[in-house]
Amino acid sequence: MSYALRSYEFWLTFYRRTWRGSVATSIVNPVFYLGALGIGLGTLVNKSGTTPDGVEYIAFVAPGVLAATAMQIATNEAMWPVLGSIRWTRGYYAMLATPLQIRHIVFGHQAWMATRVVSSCAVYLAVIAAFGAIHSPLGVLALPACFLIGVAFSAPMAAYSATLENDAAFIVVNRFAVIPMFLFSGTFFPISRLPQVLRWVAYLTPSWHGVDLCRSLTLGRVDWGLAVVHVAYLAALAVTGLVFALRTYRRRLMK
Amino acid sequence: MNAAAELPLVHARGLIKRFDDLVAVDGIDFDVQKGEAFGFLGPNGAGKSSTMRMIGCVSPPSGGTLRVLGLDPVKNGADIRAQLGVVPQEDTLDLELTVRENMLIYGRYFGLGRKVVHERAERLLEFVQLEERLDSKVEPLSGGMKRRLTIARSLINEPDILLLDEPTTGLDPQARHVVWDRLHELKHRGATLLLTTHYMDEAEQLCDRLVVMDKGKIAAEGSPVELIRRYSTREVVELRFAAERPPDDLAARIDGLARRVETLSGRLLLYTDDGDRTAERVHELGVQAQSTLVRRSTLEDVFLHLTGRTLVDE
Ligand SMILES: Nc1ncnc2c1ncn2[C@@H]1O[C@H](COP(=O)(O)OP(=O)(O)O)[C@@H](O)[C@H]1O
Ligand SMILES: [Mg+2]
Repeated sequence: MSYALRSYEFWLTFYRRTWRGSVATSIVNPVFYLGALGIGLGTLVNKSGTTPDGVEYIAFVAPGVLAATAMQIATNEAMWPVLGSIRWTRGYYAMLATPLQIRHIVFGHQAWMATRVVSSCAVYLAVIAAFGAIHSPLGVLALPACFLIGVAFSAPMAAYSATLENDAAFIVVNRFAVIPMFLFSGTFFPISRLPQVLRWVAYLTPSWHGVDLCRSLTLGRVDWGLAVVHVAYLAALAVTGLVFALRTYRRRLMK
Repeated sequence: MNAAAELPLVHARGLIKRFDDLVAVDGIDFDVQKGEAFGFLGPNGAGKSSTMRMIGCVSPPSGGTLRVLGLDPVKNGADIRAQLGVVPQEDTLDLELTVRENMLIYGRYFGLGRKVVHERAERLLEFVQLEERLDSKVEPLSGGMKRRLTIARSLINEPDILLLDEPTTGLDPQARHVVWDRLHELKHRGATLLLTTHYMDEAEQLCDRLVVMDKGKIAAEGSPVELIRRYSTREVVELRFAAERPPDDLAARIDGLARRVETLSGRLLLYTDDGDRTAERVHELGVQAQSTLVRRSTLEDVFLHLTGRTLVDE
């Protein structure tokens, strides 16, 4: 494992250059987002008397945005940085010329992506708490949940990125998978409002499992049976993604 | 220990590399001894990089035997790589990071402590004359500086073997000479170098022994001097013509004047042991060449003789 830490250390060094800028955005973004949605839109929703789950809108939407943020950061960290390390900076090849092996390269980078996800989500969670939108001490568990959501997205995405020749597919993935999941898997409104068919599609998306898990934790309304299903689904996706990543990385880098 | 020292550091028999249907390396044999500078000379696509990547344990052989430092690259890849220094054909430096950071990160991959890496980094950057640029970003460095940085970086683990894949391709002549000078210095210190090149002057300058590669096969093996003696003559007379092709009957007319005649686009090469004498006799025949050059034979001539083609496409 200490070998994977060596590749993790590279990513740490690499990001230290853009550290300050990204810390700023990762604090400013949630404040703006939650301010606009929770206070702006939330005022309208609350007045209509039809708030989802019977809580004020910000408490409903904040954990949804939290989970969706974990998904988006994880996916994007597993796109350009992965392809770039193969095609542009060739950083993976530099690692592979040393005692590091494919698995150290994969795990080191995944650990870094998880770090990005968890640190951003921790800031988010603190902002949500400051808005008074966390109703239960169980809300703390939303952070490990975000870690799990992150790996469930970053591992399969990295496995796929390692098979690509150029970045055209990333725009397609973002447009036709990430953004629809962001909008329609329970982030902004309960999926019970969706037509029957789409509801079943939503149940299958990992993002719904992530959103529902985070929301049940911050609202303190955990159905433990369902929570186990969420965790198992996301964990299965993460493990499958890692297994595939080991294969696609090897095929690509050790031809 | 003594017995081990006599084993070749790299040993290949019938080594093959296939990419789907394409045979990139087609059953080659070679041994590299400790302290030797060993070269692979051949044109683009000859299979040089494929061979280097197999030796570097980042590309599994498709067939044959390969041993590096006495170990099997497929089973002991990571152990072998710990003892190798690699200068790949395409740089893998991180342009966003500084020169020092590039050295540090790379040293850490080998599990070296920060203090050790810092010391070695400073010493090695001095060795490749980059000590002034320690804290500048890599991006604005010239091609030659980047190459020297890659060489310094490859030495951070004090490797037993240094693999250099086209160390000076794409550099201007002055930058090439600086790199050659550094590699000479490494040679004098007893390093074992494996290098590929399609520059015959580079092979002549740096290699104790080399193989000429073409289309995945080894066409000849020996020291530069041996190869020239075996496959060429001492001297060459080059007749240059303004026209794309020399006059048709010319080759036949001068046939008797040289041991061998090669016709290339715009020039004729006459292989002979006494260049001046041959040039004189060509002039006596009244041949109207635009210019006449008498020179020593090079590895380029060896390659031409073995394959009928020039090393670098004309
Ligand atoms: N990863 C690869 N996939 C498919 N073909 C390859 C790959 N690498 C090299 N080749 C092919 O193998 C042959 C030898 O290439 P290479 O070893 O790079 O030659 P050289 O380094 O002498 O120019 C070429 O025809 C090249 O196109
Ligand atoms: Mg090559």
